[in-house]
Amino acid sequence: MVDFGGWDMPVQYSGIIEEHNTVRKAVGLFDVSHMGEIEIRGPQAAQLTDFVTTNHAAKLKIGQIHYSGLLYSHGGFVDDILVHKIADDHFFLCVNASNQDKDFAHICSQNRLDAEVTLVSDQHAQLAIQGPQARATLQKMTPVDLAGIKYYWFTDGAVSGVPARIAHTGYTGEDGFEIYVPPAEAHRLWNELMAAGAEFGIKPCGLGARNTLRLEAKMALYGHEIDASISPLEADLGWIVKLEKGDFVGRDALRKQKEAGLQRTLIGFEMVGRGIGRDGYEVHIDGSPAGWVTSGSPSPTLGKNIGLCYLPVGQAQIGKTIQIMIRNQPVDAITVETPFYKRAK
Amino acid sequence: MYPENFRYTKEHEWVLVEGDTGTIGITDHAQEELGDIVYVDLPKVGAHLEQGKSLGSVESVKAVSDVYCPVSGEVTEINASLAQAPESLNTDPHGAAWLIKVRLSKPDEVAGLMTAADYQTYIGAEK
Repeated sequence: MVDFGGWDMPVQYSGIIEEHNTVRKAVGLFDVSHMGEIEIRGPQAAQLTDFVTTNHAAKLKIGQIHYSGLLYSHGGFVDDILVHKIADDHFFLCVNASNQDKDFAHICSQNRLDAEVTLVSDQHAQLAIQGPQARATLQKMTPVDLAGIKYYWFTDGAVSGVPARIAHTGYTGEDGFEIYVPPAEAHRLWNELMAAGAEFGIKPCGLGARNTLRLEAKMALYGHEIDASISPLEADLGWIVKLEKGDFVGRDALRKQKEAGLQRTLIGFEMVGRGIGRDGYEVHIDGSPAGWVTSGSPSPTLGKNIGLCYLPVGQAQIGKTIQIMIRNQPVDAITVETPFYKRAK
Repeated sequence: MYPENFRYTKEHEWVLVEGDTGTIGITDHAQEELGDIVYVDLPKVGAHLEQGKSLGSVESVKAVSDVYCPVSGEVTEINASLAQAPESLNTDPHGAAWLIKVRLSKPDEVAGLMTAADYQTYIGAEK
């Protein structure tokens, strides 16, 4: 168990590689109750949500979800979040555990409108059911037709008789669902989901597998690929930035960055030499420091050592040989296309 | 679980002393904390190691960790099978997956290491 933002979290149950492969091939269950939740309500909820986030919240339909950024006015990330539209006057944000207090304070500080902003993390536990058998597992426990929930949509329904928000989302690059449930029921639902998935070989999965899975799918992790010093444009997340939607916190800075041209960008690599380029290791090109690794790990699916790093834009071409400084020794790696893994649809 | 004839360190290494030879490895507790092991870096035969200094490293999916030498001495043999099968450290850390053998240069150091009972108390308290 490790302390993670005040939560005791398991890094692994049966082993990272075994858990990882189970999610890719069957189904895994993650307790992600540490994630934070913030609600924005009232007639001006859509306006405030759009003012504090980068993606175009007003375009969401009721029941739809999108990935988005909360930015400082200088363009760096406060957090990366999922925005769920519950009703025209009600948005539900899923945020990172360790950022939730900061996120809440940030949104409140920008609330010159009259929307109601509430931190509701203690009202929600969250379980992630992920993998090709996730739907079959969860379907046994809910009357909601899960096949009818499109990717990045949600339905408020019941799971084992308990009110649940059932979202077709995930942080693994695999098909799956994330369910928001009352904390008092979470333990029972965990046990029932484990029983429902037994025929598929379900396994409990920890933070370790969550990290290797999201890295293969090139999903950003706050504190690694993104933080207050990194903009979404640099993080290769331009697709969540809608500069034309109207004013939002950070827009001017992003515009300027775009006009001036980016200095650095996130790119994937595979190790060629022996070793693993890990978080924080320096990246050299032709013997000179050029950037740094944000995440690196063995990829259980590919059987290679992979990672993400920041490089100067002018040197960030695919197929370029770079050196990762592993314990003061340069080890060759090559930049590659991402995501490293994409599931067959 | 923890052999009585081994001696243990706070950094979770073990040493088995037979005559002037010490066989060195990491403990079951260490492999369990590390998880799936993917690389093992060992010193060269002939290297002189000092007690408490790094002898190499063990890398798992989640992290890389130094391995510290429980006793001073000269490396006489390394376990070459670990280069091909580092995962054997997860299954047999006290047996087939030993790391190195050394010729002890300061045999008195052994007396300062933990017994199996001491070590089990130590890891029990650490949890």
